[in-house]
Amino acid sequence: MNKTLIGFNKIKTDYIAWENAVPHRVLVCAGTGCLVNGSMKVYEEFVKTIKEANLNVIVELKDEEGDVFVSKTGCQGFCQIGPLVTILPEGIFYTRVKPKDVKDIVETTIKKGDILHRLLYIEPNMLKVCKETSEIPFYQKQRRFVLGNCGMTDPEDIREYIARDGYVSAARACKDMSPEDICRTILASGIRGRGGGGFLTGKKWDMARQQPGDKKYIICNGDEGDPGAFMDMGIMEGNPHSIIEGMIIASRAIHADEGYIYVRAEYPLAVKRIRKAIKDAYTLGILGKRILSSDHTFNLQVMEGAGAFVCGEETALIASIEGKRGMPSPKPPFPSQSGLWGKPTVINNVETLSTIPLILSVGVNKFREMGTENSPGTKTFAITGHVLNTGLIEMPLGSTLRDMIYGVAGGITSDDGKPMADGFKAAQIGGPSGGCLTKEHLDLPIDFDSVKEAGAMVGSGGLVIMNKNTCIVSVARFFMQFTQSESCGKCVLCREGTKQMLVLLDDIIEGRATEETLKILEDLATAVQKGSLCGLGKTAPNPVLSTLNNFRDEYEAHVKYKYCPTGKCKALTKFTIDENLCKGCMLCAKKCPVNAITGERKQVHRIDPIICIRCGACIESCTFGAIKGEKL
Amino acid sequence: METLRKFEKVWEIIDQNGRDSSRLIPILQAVQAEYRYLPEEILTFIATSVGISPARVFGVATFYSLFTLKPKGKYHIRVCNGTACHVKRSMDLHNALQKKLNLRDEKDTTDDMLFTLETVNCLGACGLAPAMVVNEEVYGQLTPERANEIIDDIINAEAHNEQDTHRL
Amino acid sequence: MNENDFLIVDNKEIPIEGEQNLLELIRKAKIDLPTFCYHSELSVYGACRLCMVYVEGMGLVPACSTPPSPSMNVKTNTEDIRKMRKIIVELLLANHSQSCPTCQKSTTCQLQALARRLGITEIRFKNQSKNIPVDDSSPSIVRDPNKCVLCGDCVRICSEVQSVGAIDFAHRGANTMVIPSFGKDLDKVECVNCGQCARICPTGALTPKSEVDEVWKVIHDPNKMVVAQIAPAVRVALGEIFGMEPGVTTTGQTAAALRAIGFNRVFDTSFTADLTVIEESNEFIKRIQKNEFIPQFTSCCPAWVKFVEQYYPEFVHNLSSCRSPQQMFGALSKEILAAQTGKKREDIVVVSIMPCTAKKFEAKRPEFIHDGVRDVDHVITTQELGRMIEEAGLNFRELDPESFNLPFGFKTGAGVIFGNSGGVSEAVLRYVTEKLTGEKRESYEFTSTRGENGIREIKISLAGKEFSLATVSGLGNARQVLEKIKSGQAFYDFVEVMACPGGCVGGAGQPVFTNPVVRQKRTKGIYENDRMLELHKSQDNPYINELYTSFLGEVGGHKAHELLHTGYKSRKRIADEGMSLSSSDGEQTIEVNVCFGTGCFLKGAQKLLRDILVHIDTEQLGDKVSVSASFCFEMCEKGPVIRVGDKVIEGCTLEKAALAIEEERQKVLGDKTVNSMQ
Repeated sequence: MNKTLIGFNKIKTDYIAWENAVPHRVLVCAGTGCLVNGSMKVYEEFVKTIKEANLNVIVELKDEEGDVFVSKTGCQGFCQIGPLVTILPEGIFYTRVKPKDVKDIVETTIKKGDILHRLLYIEPNMLKVCKETSEIPFYQKQRRFVLGNCGMTDPEDIREYIARDGYVSAARACKDMSPEDICRTILASGIRGRGGGGFLTGKKWDMARQQPGDKKYIICNGDEGDPGAFMDMGIMEGNPHSIIEGMIIASRAIHADEGYIYVRAEYPLAVKRIRKAIKDAYTLGILGKRILSSDHTFNLQVMEGAGAFVCGEETALIASIEGKRGMPSPKPPFPSQSGLWGKPTVINNVETLSTIPLILSVGVNKFREMGTENSPGTKTFAITGHVLNTGLIEMPLGSTLRDMIYGVAGGITSDDGKPMADGFKAAQIGGPSGGCLTKEHLDLPIDFDSVKEAGAMVGSGGLVIMNKNTCIVSVARFFMQFTQSESCGKCVLCREGTKQMLVLLDDIIEGRATEETLKILEDLATAVQKGSLCGLGKTAPNPVLSTLNNFRDEYEAHVKYKYCPTGKCKALTKFTIDENLCKGCMLCAKKCPVNAITGERKQVHRIDPIICIRCGACIESCTFGAIKGEKL
Repeated sequence: METLRKFEKVWEIIDQNGRDSSRLIPILQAVQAEYRYLPEEILTFIATSVGISPARVFGVATFYSLFTLKPKGKYHIRVCNGTACHVKRSMDLHNALQKKLNLRDEKDTTDDMLFTLETVNCLGACGLAPAMVVNEEVYGQLTPERANEIIDDIINAEAHNEQDTHRL
Repeated sequence: MNENDFLIVDNKEIPIEGEQNLLELIRKAKIDLPTFCYHSELSVYGACRLCMVYVEGMGLVPACSTPPSPSMNVKTNTEDIRKMRKIIVELLLANHSQSCPTCQKSTTCQLQALARRLGITEIRFKNQSKNIPVDDSSPSIVRDPNKCVLCGDCVRICSEVQSVGAIDFAHRGANTMVIPSFGKDLDKVECVNCGQCARICPTGALTPKSEVDEVWKVIHDPNKMVVAQIAPAVRVALGEIFGMEPGVTTTGQTAAALRAIGFNRVFDTSFTADLTVIEESNEFIKRIQKNEFIPQFTSCCPAWVKFVEQYYPEFVHNLSSCRSPQQMFGALSKEILAAQTGKKREDIVVVSIMPCTAKKFEAKRPEFIHDGVRDVDHVITTQELGRMIEEAGLNFRELDPESFNLPFGFKTGAGVIFGNSGGVSEAVLRYVTEKLTGEKRESYEFTSTRGENGIREIKISLAGKEFSLATVSGLGNARQVLEKIKSGQAFYDFVEVMACPGGCVGGAGQPVFTNPVVRQKRTKGIYENDRMLELHKSQDNPYINELYTSFLGEVGGHKAHELLHTGYKSRKRIADEGMSLSSSDGEQTIEVNVCFGTGCFLKGAQKLLRDILVHIDTEQLGDKVSVSASFCFEMCEKGPVIRVGDKVIEGCTLEKAALAIEEERQKVLGDKTVNSMQ
């Protein structure tokens, strides 16, 4: 046994011994979601309260002296009901914990070992009280593999990562495996890039490995820009060492001695935790020269993004690291041939890299037991929108949309958050680059190939669920506006094409469109999809094309009959006052900016459709629900 | 000697980054952290120091949305308009704040330089949509009313500070 | 790749012969694939998407960035491709100023040509063009952002070929623009006016600034004597506007056209080029003898001169002090014609016809303005002359050839080859060889100065001494050479630089061209001109010799210096205010301004500034002194330079600065005391 492993073993045995000696551990979720809800105050309150209760509190595990060990963890995924607190060893899972609740928890649970029922999670569909995460459907139906340690460990403590067998895979890769071995293993695992395209990671590595030259780079793409997706943020905040370990393995596989983690600047906490993790890894000889007692050298640094979605595209990301405008360049040459500073470069997504050490530790066969033949493993998703439970989840690839929506997310809700049976309309998968899936796709296995066949893409894993009251044209417009404002402006099709698509969608929503408009929109979308320079441009029309494909009727209603079936497009709505409901309170008349509403006090009011500009202010003002939008 | 300190800081930043044009983005980030925006003359200075044309530095500074060439207000409000927040009507928050602060799309900073209002694509706080961030502080599950209250609190606190300084 | 490798383009086998991309190969198949952003001389950009082709097994790919490989099956006109091209052009047109008939680029605009070629009869998209102000601040180039298609050709030629980078992309997405830094006007930034951006611009977004109206005005003024001078490179390109082949000499028709338009005299800039050869060669011989300011740099090209002034102030004295042939002509002709005709200097109007946009800037340099009158009043480009000929309704091709006026219309071949890169060096060699050896030579050609390479080195042995010359075209190449000279990696006695690739024949004022073959034909035409003339060496020009005897006196003498030479100084790259570092709020403020230009920076301005600021702090002068940094006092060789009040201190140290501040303070105090006593 060599020096490093002896060192690691000591860290591990010490840590576990100390951990076992402390009777209680309190895990306070310190992911972005819970922090927003004030979990830091909860954490501080725990430290203070435990001290005041004359118990010996420790916040960093250094020896066996202590009664309660209080830790901050990464995101546990169920941000909606945060701040989340878990009490070990019982595994009691408290939700919506406020600082004022801390005293109760210390008195009841830590001191007496009793459960504080008012803080437990109540499953809203069955009204079942859940003591542990294993009883909660949101967690039950998931397979938390990559996210396994997220939320259960302190991401800022490298010793805890090592204690959970961290860096063992990296040490093995650096000492006992040849670069060919590593590439072969990763290829055999069948893992595909979790960032978007779903390219075989092993193949990507092997291509870079075979490139001549002694200078190569490995880059971790943490520029997670899809609005509504925060899977990578969860991993970067919750388990930063797993990314570093994945990068070490990748660097060994392709002979790279330098790496970058490119993190989106909007994630300050992720940047902070990764920087700390890198620093700690250097201290223990996990990064730097002759790492992990092998002859492999690997240096790693963080580069913060500066606010450009397009930098998620490989060549744009490289340009950004080189200090340039983040504009993509044509491929070929591919980064694996000529990337950063013209050297062979592998760019992998956060989740992919985080999965790598696990593949080496559980073995290829075990890994392939999860997921499907061509899409093995698990995938994280950020499920949001009109569902009961929103948050960060992880599923085996090949799970169905139904599993996710009705199993994990607890079903569809109405706009005001109430359960809505049979309310499902569509799911936008893959963010602004993805497409929409409908009812007929509910039992489609969600894997890279099936989703692509259905005209969408797994992408990085954003999953927005929409209920029946959602206007699909407006949804397409929202995504189009996003890609349009994030287009880098380099190639004509994306720059001008997305701008004109937005104009056409506005025409449809605002009642100026003709049937010709739909034809132009479709032609243009197809041209942008086929002809744009980079992945962002090529996928920008997907939301339009897939909604046109799946909800053509709804588009046609807007165009032919100037009618929005959901009533969401105000310009296509005629506002009327229900005579039976109007109390003549005059509020709407006051709110109307153009004085289109007339009527005496206590008399039914009327809206003059010629003056009305359909702003909807009256609907919002009416407390009796008397004003309705109707088909024009 | 506040300005000396700041200027020394610019030197320090450029030196720390090895006068290397590939370090342009970290240099700009650090300078913006110091000045809260990127003053034109400093950009020219950076260009000269790292040996690239000022037009290129300007090009980089205007490409990334986190860089700003205009001074921002003391309180930088960013309303999240990521998908989750958008679905939960985050634009209502934005519009309410615009109205409250008397701002428009073309005018994002108040005349007294107290507030700047912008939207941001995703803060990653999707579970708490709709969300907004004021400087470093994130607020979740907001309503237009609650957002207005947050602004009122800041305005009141500022007024108090003002009074205190006068009293001193 | 094998010799027999080929691929198929539209059902035809095309051999692969080392082409880097499909686009070159498709062109070889005689198919003109549309593109805005591909130029063999620039890096591959891949933005216009017009060159998309279908490759079996790969789908639609951009031809410009796809390397050819054997047995590829390429289709260039599938339905998808045709649809896409139309959509692209329609998208561009929908974002374009709709002023085509009145645009300077009308008929040579590639967007217009493509719209016609693709049969676009309607634009299905709504017009989104914004009305952005046009920047006509520069004397050379007009920038109209409303016509920009963002192909980036100008940005790349300015930085990649010229290493200037005066314009670049700014902002993002639909707001992207090509602009000078901070959106300043073009005349406020480091643009050297070479106009290569305007040459390569496919639309009317960057165009040479027209002076046609001013020229018509003086022609119509009966009190003015309007004199034309035609630069060498114009004669082999003007015909292109009228459908003639590039390189065909049109000297006779040009003279006839100018007279028909109303010019009173038609002269040849090649005459003063001959004069330049004599002055510049003698200056060179003197420098060699004194071993001073070697290498000597040519100074005929105003873009190159501004380049040196901006970026290499330490080399300004290496530039030949000779004025360019254009400026020699202006000064000389006004002087002599005024004496001959009795007209006032301001009533003799010199109009140059140049292949160049920088010449417009040169004519407006303050050094060449005397008593408010410019030596050269107007500079029009080859393109502008073409437009005047068209406006006058002249059938250019059919005009009976006429000759130039004497004496300034008589030249030798040495004066004509100035139009080519390498021409000045060759002309100087034709003179210097005879001058140094004292022998007449039968032959006159020095072909080693010729060629397509941007940097050519020539070694020559004369009168027992080895001489090393470099001829350079393109300012990026010039920068390379200068850096080598600076670092001692290279040594030259004489360096010729022309800013435009290939020299003046490739100037931005020439008829629009993008294919380098056009330029090569013009180059050939110039050398043919030389061969056709009776005389080839400037020293053999009888009118030049006559000019020295009767008017100028000695070569390099007093009169020659007054009319034919000038000086250069370092120049700020960007006009702007300094950066305030410490401002006092006291009533009587002493302004201290520290230069932070490149020269001073290298000479320790940073430490000096820091020392000064610390000094002010420790001496508690913070309320009396304001400190700012600015970017160039244009005295780089004497750096570090600071200014205290009105006083400029060269080679400044902290002691000198402290002393000056103290003196200034005493002065201010003195003023105060005087004031209070009153």
